[in-house]
Amino acid sequence: MTRFALLTVCAAVLLGSSLDVLADYRFPPPDFESGYELPDTTIPPPRDTVYEYIDAAVFLGALALASYLILKKRSRRAIFALTVFSLLYFGFWRQGCICAIGALQNVTLTIFDSSYAIPITAALFFILPLGFTLFFGRTFCGAVCPLGAIQDVVLVHPVQVPRWLESGLRLLGYTYLGAAVLFAATGSAFIICRYDPFVGFFRLSGNWNMLVLGACLLLIGLFIGRPYCRFLCPYGMILRQFSRLSRYRVTITPTECVKCRLCEDACPFGAIREPTEDWPEGEYRVAKRRLVVFLLLLPILVAAGGWVGYLLRDKLAQMHPTVRTAERVRLEETGQVEGTTDVSDAFRATGRASGELYEGASALRGRFGIGGALLGGFLGFVIAGKLIALTVRRGRSEYEADRASCFACGRCYKYCPKEHERLKQKKEKVIAH
Amino acid sequence: MADSNETVGRRRFLREGLWGACLAGLGGAAGLSAARNNQKDTVWQIDPNLCIQCGNCATYCVLEPSAVKCVHSYAICGYCDLCTAYLVPEPKSLDTGAENELCPTGAIKRTFVEDPYYQYTIDESLCNGCGKCVKGCNAFGNGSLYLQVRHDRCVNCNECAIAVACPSNAFKRVPADQPYLLKEAVHG
Repeated sequence: MTRFALLTVCAAVLLGSSLDVLADYRFPPPDFESGYELPDTTIPPPRDTVYEYIDAAVFLGALALASYLILKKRSRRAIFALTVFSLLYFGFWRQGCICAIGALQNVTLTIFDSSYAIPITAALFFILPLGFTLFFGRTFCGAVCPLGAIQDVVLVHPVQVPRWLESGLRLLGYTYLGAAVLFAATGSAFIICRYDPFVGFFRLSGNWNMLVLGACLLLIGLFIGRPYCRFLCPYGMILRQFSRLSRYRVTITPTECVKCRLCEDACPFGAIREPTEDWPEGEYRVAKRRLVVFLLLLPILVAAGGWVGYLLRDKLAQMHPTVRTAERVRLEETGQVEGTTDVSDAFRATGRASGELYEGASALRGRFGIGGALLGGFLGFVIAGKLIALTVRRGRSEYEADRASCFACGRCYKYCPKEHERLKQKKEKVIAH
Repeated sequence: MADSNETVGRRRFLREGLWGACLAGLGGAAGLSAARNNQKDTVWQIDPNLCIQCGNCATYCVLEPSAVKCVHSYAICGYCDLCTAYLVPEPKSLDTGAENELCPTGAIKRTFVEDPYYQYTIDESLCNGCGKCVKGCNAFGNGSLYLQVRHDRCVNCNECAIAVACPSNAFKRVPADQPYLLKEAVHG
């Protein structure tokens, strides 16, 4: 009896499981009689992790070498060679990803999303250049950044940009930085990667619009040095501030400035500042009054920017896929649009309630309200800060590279007669030995 | 003179303070990154159960052709003669004629195994990841064909352009040591 029961159970289990197979597959996988063996599904592995650490090591080495070549060796030729190496290695060989500019978003997301695990290379690519800038100025921009390098090598006929235009256009970069941080922090998008104009060249393929934009920037870059770095690069806007505080910096002259004015037009990026004269008596008083006005304007601009940013929250929130999905589903459910899209179909296929989706979207809109206000406030602060900086005159007794704007490319060295003197002495020393 | 010295001193103090603050900020970012880093690198992959074969994989990848390819779990395949992944609906005949093939690039190779079974193999050098065959296989077959990111091609972008365009959130980051989400045969 027991044996019979056992057999029945076994039969039932077998029958049940074979029914399972039938239920799972419309056509049961065949039992081959000809000795046919099932081929394996090939799974080519990703690039070995070791290479990432090699990249990080090369990056660190390149930064150290750049700092040495720029500040100590003062050789434009060597700096240029390193620039070309960086373009080939970080650009064409590593295909421009991950880059320090984009890593900014990974770090932002790390701060705001506790579930996000940042790749170690992304963290290093973000932190190392900033650290080096605190000590040596923007040596990263000068010889390591592949995006800077591709623009640096095409610069053939530099044209000076008026200072007012340069400062005005730079506002684009600050806006880009603020937007990139906002969209990364809310988990909406990595816009720096999406709108990277040069990565398509490094990969020799990509989105046509971005390739055309990159080509336009390179064409402009023939005459206006490094347009992306100066007017757009969000990471560059941070590096500018760090570079203001750097321990060491690019000095045009190796010893002392003789004010020969030979270097005046040497910088293709307009970063050389002439010695200042004393304030004319009348102007000093006017400037002082202007400063007070701008200082009072600072909180007003910050508040106004914040308010505008807050008003734009719904538009900004559109960047988040969840918000877009929620809006589409709402339009369909309220009968305002006919038909469905892949996105709304896919959402319905998950079986989740649309109320849940709406809740998520409205929570996100709330976050964008705060984020938009902060973004607007930041831009107001940047504008007010620039106005205040314009009224403050810092005394300079010699020709200097502007700490913030100097890319540390080393082009100005050879314009200085003192530099030629230094090189001559060095050569004589070598011969004497 | 003393006044100007004092100004310079104050300025210097401010600068030093800011410098230290920046360094501390960097240290904080480094510490946070180290704490959040789970030591496992990740790569992009498609969850075949979420994929709706919209065709975006073929067009949105930064690579040309796409890094997404169709892969085949042979253990699931029914080896059908009338394969809805291989043949267009209502084919003129059940053969390898180009007019009968569903794949726009002719990337699926049909070979006879034994009566009445045929093996279907993907030629990845031709596949553009459009997912037409996957749709056919899911609709009327066993679903043994599905799209996967091929890591010999994928450049592992920081933001995957296909993931952005994916309507069903099928793209996710998976640990680099288990870089595929393969369909396994369900054995009774």
